[in-house]
Amino acid sequence: MYDVIVVGGGHAGCEASHIAAQMGKKTLLITGNIKNIADMPCNPSIGGTAKGIIVREVDALGGLMGKIADKSHLQIKMLNNSKGPAVRSLRCQADKITYPKNMQEALKNTKNLEIKEAMVEDLIVENNTVKGIITASGEKINSQMVILTTGTYLKGNILVGSENTPGGPHGEARSNFLSDKLKEYGLKIMRLKTGTPQRIKKDSIDFKVMKEEKGDNRLWKFSFDDDYHYKIEDQQSCFLVYTNELTHQIIRDNLTKSAMYGGYATGIGPRYCPSIEDKIVRFADKERHQLFLEPESLYYDDWYLQGFSTSMPRDVQEQMVHSLHGLEKAVITKYAYAIEYDAIDPLQIKPSLENKVLANLFTAGQINGTSGYEEAAGQGILAGINACLKIDAKEPLVLKRSDAYIGVLIDDLVTKGTAEPYRMLTSRAEFRLLLRSDNADLRLREYAHQVGSITDEQYQEYLIKKQTLSEILDLLKEKHLSLTDEAKSLFRENNLEIPHHNINFYDLLKRPEITLDFLNNNFLKLDISAEIKEQVEIEVKYEGYIKKAFKEVEKLLKLEEKEIPADIDYDKIQNLANEARQKLNKVRPETIAQASRISGVNPVDISVLSVYLKKEYNHE
Amino acid sequence: MDDTICAVATGSSIGAISIIRVSGNDAIFIVNKMFKEKDLTQVPSHSISYGHLYEDNELLDEVLIMLMRAPKTYTKEDIVEINCHGGSNTIERILEALIKAGCRLAEPGEFTKRAFLNGRISLLEAESVNDLIKAKSDASRVMALNNLGGKLTTKIRNIREKMSKILANIEVNIDYPEYEDEVVVTHELLAKHLTKFSQELTKIKDDSKNGKIINEGINVAIIGKPNVGKSSILNYLLDEEKAIVTDIPGTTRDIVEGSITLNGIQLNFIDTAGIRKTSDYVEQIGVEKSKKEALKADLVIFCLNYNDTLTEEELVNLKSLKAKELIVFVNKNDLPLKINLAQLSDYDIVYGNTKKNNGLDALKEKIITKFNLEKIVNKEMGYLSNVRQVSLINKAIESLKNAEVALEQNFAVDLIEIDLKNAWQILGELIGDAYTDELVDNIFSNFCLGK
Repeated sequence: MYDVIVVGGGHAGCEASHIAAQMGKKTLLITGNIKNIADMPCNPSIGGTAKGIIVREVDALGGLMGKIADKSHLQIKMLNNSKGPAVRSLRCQADKITYPKNMQEALKNTKNLEIKEAMVEDLIVENNTVKGIITASGEKINSQMVILTTGTYLKGNILVGSENTPGGPHGEARSNFLSDKLKEYGLKIMRLKTGTPQRIKKDSIDFKVMKEEKGDNRLWKFSFDDDYHYKIEDQQSCFLVYTNELTHQIIRDNLTKSAMYGGYATGIGPRYCPSIEDKIVRFADKERHQLFLEPESLYYDDWYLQGFSTSMPRDVQEQMVHSLHGLEKAVITKYAYAIEYDAIDPLQIKPSLENKVLANLFTAGQINGTSGYEEAAGQGILAGINACLKIDAKEPLVLKRSDAYIGVLIDDLVTKGTAEPYRMLTSRAEFRLLLRSDNADLRLREYAHQVGSITDEQYQEYLIKKQTLSEILDLLKEKHLSLTDEAKSLFRENNLEIPHHNINFYDLLKRPEITLDFLNNNFLKLDISAEIKEQVEIEVKYEGYIKKAFKEVEKLLKLEEKEIPADIDYDKIQNLANEARQKLNKVRPETIAQASRISGVNPVDISVLSVYLKKEYNHE
Repeated sequence: MDDTICAVATGSSIGAISIIRVSGNDAIFIVNKMFKEKDLTQVPSHSISYGHLYEDNELLDEVLIMLMRAPKTYTKEDIVEINCHGGSNTIERILEALIKAGCRLAEPGEFTKRAFLNGRISLLEAESVNDLIKAKSDASRVMALNNLGGKLTTKIRNIREKMSKILANIEVNIDYPEYEDEVVVTHELLAKHLTKFSQELTKIKDDSKNGKIINEGINVAIIGKPNVGKSSILNYLLDEEKAIVTDIPGTTRDIVEGSITLNGIQLNFIDTAGIRKTSDYVEQIGVEKSKKEALKADLVIFCLNYNDTLTEEELVNLKSLKAKELIVFVNKNDLPLKINLAQLSDYDIVYGNTKKNNGLDALKEKIITKFNLEKIVNKEMGYLSNVRQVSLINKAIESLKNAEVALEQNFAVDLIEIDLKNAWQILGELIGDAYTDELVDNIFSNFCLGK
């Protein structure tokens, strides 16, 4: 008997099983192929805009992704570094051999965690409560909680042109029956599609004619705890490639052969990952499309051709690739393919990621309708934490939209559902000024400590950082500039306007042209780490915006506090608009705030609902 | 329920007195900011205070303030009821000022809803409130749509679409920083658009002022020393003996209203008592009133006597009205010149004499040119009529101004975007077009990105 069984060893499953074990629960990770644990079947990168912030959040909550990525990358950069602090985000090119290897190593060294190779085809279910799993060979394994992180393996189908092969990525075996069983138990199953582009043999690429993209010329890391594991000069480069008129002509001439346009695929693909044929059709007047060539690993020669995903047959793919400048003689080592798979309707999931139909069943990752390693990891760690909390009969950890991108992600899923694989974007977060890469630990370590997903040592580190930060902010407010002749000339030398006498350093730092380094080196002379310096500058310089955002958050929190009882009968509420009634019945929101985010539920309906709640549940 | 709401509590038809109700945590604080005579935070509960409401330093109205502290009030919250003079102009200006000071315009039935939610009224009553909320809001939805019919909605929608494009472009720059072919929204580009958005919205607001003129007409106050001929002007223009005309100074004490139509636009005349310091109590009321009316009016006709020198008081009063639309009518020009015309060189002057009906048509002409009346009626324009719409437009303009300030301070584009997005959301609220994930949809329909 296990406390927690995690089905699937992808990025969601790794985080879920690791955190459950770390929280002291006897955990079993079951996967179809142990060698494929933490596999990266698509792009060779971790992080990216918004996604990089999710990695930091996973790390703040005690997860592995950031730490493993730090040890396994070929290149790392801070995206949007020249823009505002809210939109900065780390992205690395992860080595597709090293990353899984390091992750597998970490899991093997995790106490309380066992790993087993098997294909899960059914669940043990009694009275709508999950009690364990059943493998393809009929073996039954009991557990208190089950977490499904099956990725694209539920009835996976690989599509290349009109060819349709059952199976997961790399031709791995798929789960044939689990999604049918879930359907029998009352879950709604939807069919989604995603795709991946070609891999090109390194020595067949003419890099000389392409623009090189190097890693950043300074050190970065995802994890709040670890040290740097790489040298700046050891980073590998990526390269830019462009499509041209010939490429577009080849695609237009062969459009009916594509699985998508030929009508061979039934799944819904994501808008943010359109196939190249999609781009050519929808943006016909665009003369060229930008592609990226990215190294997959130091240990084999495949390069990933980002931006060129397609479901065209192989011979057309050959023509297409050879039309690209620098790839005229390219050898395709792996053809692009689309993959269709079963997922469950996320509207049947609670904000804790537990299923509404089947108790004690949690789901995370692509099975919930998302796409992306980071999105999977973010859900995985929350599913793991909440499975543990449920065993201990504690309240689940539900991150709010103002707490974390992970909170935005899960709230979007369970409130709005999704019609396509869901990808995180900065534009989905209304409080993005608060949800920064730099402050993920300040936002989440307190929660992590409360639920017990980080060590005491990690918590102490966080407390010290927080303390230091507030001390320095106080000091800036207390200390005033004495405008000596020497001070005046310092300002003059640096081409800065001379401030009036006795201004405090806090107000001084507010000026756009004044940096903390200037103040510290010349006047304050404190020993401050780069990390704290960044925090201080952001908090002071963007105080106005941050305050505004917090005001909005306050409004939201008041609505979040208004809970809607689980047993509410929406049919009994008069005056609800029909559309609102249907949507409320489908989503069954847990709070008034969540209800107000459902499309089709209007402010009037929210008023009606509030009045009803007060009347039925709050007699005075 | 933590914000403070306001609305007209009396019906929308114009009576002598209207009541504006303000309810919520900040009700007293907000009204107190606008009230000069007393510190309302210090007055006892359930008391009435007399005084004046101001917006910044501009007088809005003479009012009675009824102040009731929680919990013994209709909503069980702090309530301030403002008894002001009837007339939609006054009411709208006070509501606008309240909203500017931090109130939100109440939704239909919201006071009653609060009364229920705070446990003030019974379940049975609540049921009917429930119906009320629905019925009223449906009606108001239809109304809002009618008000915003046709051209104006299209205009705002156009601005909003342009904003959407910029916003989506900024978001694309953020989410896909490595795509070099996409246009980058720079400070220069953004500055150009922000200015344009501000201008277009301001124009809509200004047009709405014209719309108001079409709808409600121009309020005209005729003022001047007693017996200078104010009533005669009014009578001539009204073409009827409405005001009492005598040669004894100070007989026109009551405000007499009458209207004429000039080029299709209604002129509402308010005859006032003479502006003259007086010790007579009754007269004093008339004088106060006329000053107040003059400040409220859209147009002031200031009457002077050709046959008399200007008094110090007249000069002061003229100066105090400089910011208003003002026409100086110099009456009695059949008598010898005594007035010092040099002192009037800054004003729009019409000479005439009411006894012989001289110069009064010139006065009409002056009004027509001053308000561009010939042009207005030919313009077919949609206009913002109610306070909610105007206040939303104002908020949107204010947001754009914040964005422009941030731009000047060289903040990053994604920060400046916060205020632009806010303006965009407000306009969405105004025309009811906004929906969740609108921006994300926009990004993917307009930009070509991704693996």
